[in-house]
Amino acid sequence: METRFSFGGDDHIFGEVDEEMSLEAFFKSLSVTKALRESQIDGVTEICPANASYQIKYDPDRIKPDDLMAELRKVEEDAASAESVIQTRIIEIPVFYNDPWTRETLMRFRERHQDPSGTDIEYAARINGYDSVDSFIKAHSESPWFVTMVGFVAGLPFMFQMVERSRQIEVPKYLRPRTDTPKLTVGYGGCFSCIYSVRGAGGYQMFGITPMPIYDPKQEISYLKEFMVFFNPGDIVKFQPVDREAYDKGVEDVDTGKFEPLIRDFKFSLDEFRSGIDAYNAKIGEAIHAS
Amino acid sequence: MPVKVISPGLATSVQDLGRPGYYHLGIPISGGMDRLALRSANLLVGNAEGAAALETVFLGPELEFTEDAIVAVAGAELPPLVDGEPRETWASFKVKAGQRLSFNYLEAGARAYIAVSGGIDVPPALGSRSTYALGALGGLEGRNLQVGDVVALGESGNSVREGRSVPGHLRRLPGTPAELRAIPGLYWHRITEESKASFFDDTWKVASEADRIGYRFQKGRSLNFNERTQPFGAGSDPSNIVDSCYPYGSIQVPGGTEPIVLHRDAVSGGGYFMVGTVISADMDLIGQLQPNMDTKFVEVDLETALAARRERRNHLERIRESVKE
Repeated sequence: METRFSFGGDDHIFGEVDEEMSLEAFFKSLSVTKALRESQIDGVTEICPANASYQIKYDPDRIKPDDLMAELRKVEEDAASAESVIQTRIIEIPVFYNDPWTRETLMRFRERHQDPSGTDIEYAARINGYDSVDSFIKAHSESPWFVTMVGFVAGLPFMFQMVERSRQIEVPKYLRPRTDTPKLTVGYGGCFSCIYSVRGAGGYQMFGITPMPIYDPKQEISYLKEFMVFFNPGDIVKFQPVDREAYDKGVEDVDTGKFEPLIRDFKFSLDEFRSGIDAYNAKIGEAIHAS
Repeated sequence: MPVKVISPGLATSVQDLGRPGYYHLGIPISGGMDRLALRSANLLVGNAEGAAALETVFLGPELEFTEDAIVAVAGAELPPLVDGEPRETWASFKVKAGQRLSFNYLEAGARAYIAVSGGIDVPPALGSRSTYALGALGGLEGRNLQVGDVVALGESGNSVREGRSVPGHLRRLPGTPAELRAIPGLYWHRITEESKASFFDDTWKVASEADRIGYRFQKGRSLNFNERTQPFGAGSDPSNIVDSCYPYGSIQVPGGTEPIVLHRDAVSGGGYFMVGTVISADMDLIGQLQPNMDTKFVEVDLETALAARRERRNHLERIRESVKE
């Protein structure tokens, strides 16, 4: 994996770690951007990790593009030998799959979909070889996910499932993007899950909805008072299927300030994970519910 | 003392020089699309260059002042009226308590910056007063102005006076066709040699989907892709990539058909390949493009881009000199 660099105009450097998505590419993007943050290079104004790439924005009046490129290559070299262990957190996200709101929305945009006769989740289950929507939901919620990028719009997490490639769910985006997506929709496009942080346009397939807000510009929600964006790249997410009753309770608890997301600190080791994926994911599952 | 919004215009928002530092969380820099015009308007009324002003597009607002203020309108040729009496653009003028500021029809450009002595005083969000409407952040309640809004002004210094102006040769608007200089790169290698040539040869037209997030262009030839097996996670269309960051000014071409140049309220990333990036010196010009305008992308290298950036900085310095007392 040799990073391909390109200048984005005169004030960005773009690094593509790998053309294809993998946890290894993500880890490299995460560790290089972390090292860049720590090295506090004068003139660098934005450091953005993405799924399998990253981007630096800088002020060329303060640092010459070629000098920054040289610094970057040096940081890359050091990061390549770094241990793939990160101190992170596991977050449980309740999801009401097959909910009435995303269903109403997907029906409105049926002519923009590959399969106008069914729902998004039925389509995704079928093309990924699942015999039922229930078994598909089980696959989506059973194994955890890495937040591999935060962006598109404010606070929206892209998530990559922590399973072998043969078990990765893959779905195309809508043929033409919708002009509407309910806030907090759990979506899917390519090999990524996402949670729409705000209501708006979108092209990802819609599977369900969470009661847990993840972006609050007013900073009124109890757990978003310190900062308005919930997720960071490197967070681990576990989806917990919930029914209508539990969803409604979640919404009510958010409104009354009683909702507390289930969060645990966790030290993740890529090597240990690779040596036994299911066993390691079971450990993650246990860690969430350990008191 | 506040300014009352009698009519908001088409899309008028509070903008300053933006909030860098949060792009990695999907929060774009925002701020005035035409920063040279925003700075000029502020200089004309004696504000700090980065004070918050109103950015208005195509159709100006109508505002009623409740105290005397000095006002300047720079950027697009959107002629100001005070109680119906014409005033110059790119020049400071007085608006007295009780008077109304409105605008005549747009004559050139797209976005005008209305600076008021003291600046627009809304609470800063993440270090900036700029409005990011998609994320309901900053500005006045995170949105564009509406009828009945009351916009507070900051304290103004006492050295402010009317009658300052920026000379004509220092006002900057796009030519015909508009020329946007761009450095090829990012995923430029994905398209054929023929398409690389046609992209810069063709004259494009600004599409109707043109806003603070990005500008779409059409009527040029579609781009053809070099064949490849799509990488895992990228999606099946040849224009798809594994979702990556998008630089400001980056030119994505979904499906290879209509280029979109991302601007100050950019989506921070996504799954479409990009052919290159408009240089920083020409970003302001994009904010002044009207739908249907002819536009050419002009290929430049990094050295040329850096020289253009220096030239733009010198240009700003000349504006600063010109408005000094």
